[in-house]
Amino acid sequence: MSTLRHQGVAEGGWWQHRRRGSATLRGVSLTDLPDGFVAVVKRDCPTCTLVAPLLVDLTDVLGRGPDSFTVVSQDDPSFPDHLASIVDDSDLDLSYRLGIETVPTLLRIEQGVETARIVGWSRDQWRELTGLDDLGEGMPDHRPGCGSLTLDPTRADELAVRFRGSSLRSRRVELAALEDEMEALFDRGWTDGLPVVPPTPVRVLRMLEGTDRAPDDIVTIVPPDLVECSVEKIAVNAVMAGCRPEYLPVVLAAVEAACTDEFNMHGLLATTYFSGPVVMVNGPITTAIGMNSGVNALGQGNRANATIGRALQLTIRNVGGGRPGGIDRATLGNPGKYTFCFAEDEAGSPWVPMSVERGFAVDQSTVTLFAGEGPRGIVDQLSRDPESLSRSLAAGLRSVAHPKLALAFDAVLVVSPEHARVFREAGWDRARLRQELDEILTLDGDEIARGAGGITEGMPESLRGVTVPKFRDGGLLIIHAGGGAGLFSSVIGGWMSGRGGSQPTTWPIS
Amino acid sequence: MNETTTVLDPTGERHPVERQRLPRPASLDGMTIGLLDISKPRGDVFLDHFEERLVAQGLRVERFRKPTFTKPAPIDLRHEISTRCDVVIEALAD
Repeated sequence: MSTLRHQGVAEGGWWQHRRRGSATLRGVSLTDLPDGFVAVVKRDCPTCTLVAPLLVDLTDVLGRGPDSFTVVSQDDPSFPDHLASIVDDSDLDLSYRLGIETVPTLLRIEQGVETARIVGWSRDQWRELTGLDDLGEGMPDHRPGCGSLTLDPTRADELAVRFRGSSLRSRRVELAALEDEMEALFDRGWTDGLPVVPPTPVRVLRMLEGTDRAPDDIVTIVPPDLVECSVEKIAVNAVMAGCRPEYLPVVLAAVEAACTDEFNMHGLLATTYFSGPVVMVNGPITTAIGMNSGVNALGQGNRANATIGRALQLTIRNVGGGRPGGIDRATLGNPGKYTFCFAEDEAGSPWVPMSVERGFAVDQSTVTLFAGEGPRGIVDQLSRDPESLSRSLAAGLRSVAHPKLALAFDAVLVVSPEHARVFREAGWDRARLRQELDEILTLDGDEIARGAGGITEGMPESLRGVTVPKFRDGGLLIIHAGGGAGLFSSVIGGWMSGRGGSQPTTWPIS
Repeated sequence: MNETTTVLDPTGERHPVERQRLPRPASLDGMTIGLLDISKPRGDVFLDHFEERLVAQGLRVERFRKPTFTKPAPIDLRHEISTRCDVVIEALAD
């Protein structure tokens, strides 16, 4: 708590009133501040030292009038020297509440409202504000000042917890000192089988810096327990997943998209099938946060890719209560259920971004969620014309779920740069490629009917004599990603498609 | 003693965060039994008798004591008991 070193402002003065009376922090009502000036300084700042004699003079001169002149010292309650009354703000309470970022900062308070703020020393500005035309005669015109102690890395976290910690609503769980904190989180069932970062209040507050949304803002209802999920809960799980704060907007969008009726996270979780949520990210944010769309795009090694997908899955597990063996009834599952997230390589793509094809502006970052199983490779190292290559890709796509099953399963085709080059050189846009694939993947009912080819599995007998598309309309997504070398592409098979299952869902990142 | 760590509950908070009690064992054979004195007067007398009888049966016994009966056992004490014992008998009253 700020305390006075001297008489002049009585104990329990205006700043303490403000503390008690303020419900919010920055931007707090300043009604209890006395009219006049407030200078916030620290001794460990050459600019503050430079202006210190002025502060003594100003206190003397202005203090005689109706205005008060109050000096607030962050690091030394005896600074400036020779000043009778100084507010000791060594706990930085006042500085934090006033939102001070630089010292010296000179504030003007009128009728309880901050009406002016000068950051650093500027002779002209200080003269204008104080009305003293000869102020600082002989001093430099301008000095930028130093960083406020509230921004000191060794203090900022502690201040965040002190002032904003109460904004966190999650239950606090105390771990024993003798408990290994990694083991403790395993013991409580909060991990996906890999270690998680302990979600301490400091880390969660830091994570919340990644969004403008309020911690208690409800993002969505998370299945299977249908629990209201706040920004804070997602931030807690994002910390555990290992996210950096700048990934949080992507995680928020992914959770929101996953929990739509359209995507049907509940069914995807509960299914005995292999699939889990695949997160594909488009737009400027992919490069801003360093996502991988290139070499090993679907693999390990990139923090953003790895942790965004994991944060989504941890949120489903922890907030929604969806756990393997519980509501998650997968027969085999797939390793992508730890995390499966990548970005489209838009810069190297022959096509418009997938998100643009799906109706979003080119500068709008998005997530597209797909209910996918693990990726499988399609090798074609010989085709140099688009007709041959598209037939190869179609052959790979036909095997999604089963070569004799159609319409019930969507797919993502991940076209690598070397395959994409063939289409670029031939002038095939994405629509042309899809059209060719659709034609090749028009299946003969006689070949896919139950029993055909000596295989009992297949489509109903009633489809004999007609043709059937492998994929429903809108059921084949095409995205460009991967390293520059390798004449391979990849297929990510889907789960039960359409209204009765899951539909690919694209969501804007805000 | 090291400071404890506080973390935020990542769950939907529909269940108590405390881990639930294990089922009662069918037999004490081979188990280590913790005797927790909650610091009520004469609780130690009661537990001394228990210890004698359990040791006479060839069982291994560890003794623990809460600093005060007015507060829950410190989390580190609970953790110590859970790591060293299979079951615990607590003397609740004087």
